[in-house]
Amino acid sequence: MAEKILRRASSQEVVPGDIVDCAVDLAMSHENTAAISKKFKQIGVPYVWDPSKIVIPIDHCVPAANEDYAKNHKIIREFVKEQKITNFYDIKAGVCHQVLCEKGHVEPGILIVGSDSHTPTYGAFGAFAAGIGRTEMAAVYATGKIWLKVPESFKVIIEGDLPERVSAKDVILYIIGQLRADGANYKAVEFCGNTVEDMTLGSRMVLCNMSAEMGAKAGMVAFDKRTKTYLSERADKEYLILNADENAVYEKNFAFGVSDLEPQVACPHKVDNVSPVTDVEGTEIHQAVLGTCTNGRIEDLLEAASILKGRTVKDSVRLLVIPASTEVYLDALQMGIIYNLVQAGAVICNPNCGPCLGAHQGALAPGEVCISSSNRNFRGRMGCKEAEIYLASPVTVAASALTGTITDPRGV
Amino acid sequence: MRRKVFKYGDDVNTDVIFPGKYTYTITDPKEMAQHALEDLDPDFVKSVKKGDIVVAGKYFGCGSSREQAVTCLKEAGISVIVAQSFARIYYRNCINSGLPPLILEDTSEINHGDELEINVETGKITNVTSGKSYTVNPLPPFVMEIINDGGLIPHLKKELSHGR
Repeated sequence: MAEKILRRASSQEVVPGDIVDCAVDLAMSHENTAAISKKFKQIGVPYVWDPSKIVIPIDHCVPAANEDYAKNHKIIREFVKEQKITNFYDIKAGVCHQVLCEKGHVEPGILIVGSDSHTPTYGAFGAFAAGIGRTEMAAVYATGKIWLKVPESFKVIIEGDLPERVSAKDVILYIIGQLRADGANYKAVEFCGNTVEDMTLGSRMVLCNMSAEMGAKAGMVAFDKRTKTYLSERADKEYLILNADENAVYEKNFAFGVSDLEPQVACPHKVDNVSPVTDVEGTEIHQAVLGTCTNGRIEDLLEAASILKGRTVKDSVRLLVIPASTEVYLDALQMGIIYNLVQAGAVICNPNCGPCLGAHQGALAPGEVCISSSNRNFRGRMGCKEAEIYLASPVTVAASALTGTITDPRGV
Repeated sequence: MRRKVFKYGDDVNTDVIFPGKYTYTITDPKEMAQHALEDLDPDFVKSVKKGDIVVAGKYFGCGSSREQAVTCLKEAGISVIVAQSFARIYYRNCINSGLPPLILEDTSEINHGDELEINVETGKITNVTSGKSYTVNPLPPFVMEIINDGGLIPHLKKELSHGR
């Protein structure tokens, strides 16, 4: 699949290991657009290569937490105007990865680069999407091109019906625990099997999003009728389907049966430090975070609300709920989910990255423990190096918020 | 030229190299350097000298795409990073920032404080302290060109001015 897309993007035959010059179909940069715009100006090209192929959401720390952030946002707004970039989403839209999918920018078969490490999220739609740095994004803005090494591909087959209260997050945490943090470094990872076929696009986005946490250059799921339905509701355009051939060759194949999978938790301070939730049950928590590009979608909020409705979050716990986008927020309002969550004691924040990268909104204090539906638990990630972060599914986060300790959601 | 080694282990992530809380508030590279490796080795910035070398285990630079995790080391004086493997975005960020990343299969014999001599062009690494030497695959010519130009921006500027 990866080879097919890169063959198209580079207009030449490719095999893994080749280094090829590729034409970029879509480029995403978020709050780091301010830094990128400065580097872009140093190149000496007056205008970006194609403003219609650039999407810029402001999402990491919104509304601006202080003057520095405000200045940053201002630079982005001026750059967008000057460069006539119309696919610009100011602070009211939400987290970049959710917004790009919702607004129909992501299509199968295309090459997407984003100046964010969770760019592989878009692979859920059958695209090849890789994260890059700022300097490189400035070069893409100028030229529309990027050199890429054609990655070897891994096939990850996931089979079985997921047990009650076990979700895509538990599946991918389990897989990362098995393959380890660098287990798929530089590789394209294709997720397939009947479990994946039965997953919503939102759940497939969880798999691809977290593929970054095992080093993947791209995480991907083949285009199918679910993708088609999602896209038909959001984008009225022709698209290319570049699924893998039946006889495609993979460097490695992995198979996981998930019919008996237990809820999983990534323990401090590494994403591949994964245990069944039962191993860490009873660990006291101070904060619970539900949201982010990994698990801030309507299905996640709905699952959490199914546990929290009519109950009360433990007094000693701060439950922060951050819908991944305004669309999610509106749906959650309309469905009564927000009402139920607030009544249970949740604090609802506006759609953005929130405390995930420690910039604002729920930073931790020394000695505190947080359980989060986000994607990284590195030391210092939520602003304090003496705090601990556990990663889990939305239902496990909700169940733990109720009891004040890490809790198996199956018993709640 | 002999350079001192700062040695770290496996899976050193970008959050401990450059904390996320500073990513949008610090824009001056010199200020970035003051926070380099803050959450892993608070002594680093106090003792690093221009030209020094970071040596690490596997999967150096995993995590975020934040380029400041490269910029802060370069600005602090680091001239080369030698690791058993790099996370892919970090590896590209090194090249694009003009900081050569070299892959040495086993770095376990190199210790904190050792003095190394490295020829990036040939891939020859000599540990002056232990007397051992190693040869790594040199970076491909087009990558060396980017590094020798001082990074992707000056490289691209040069290319464009030549009408390429």
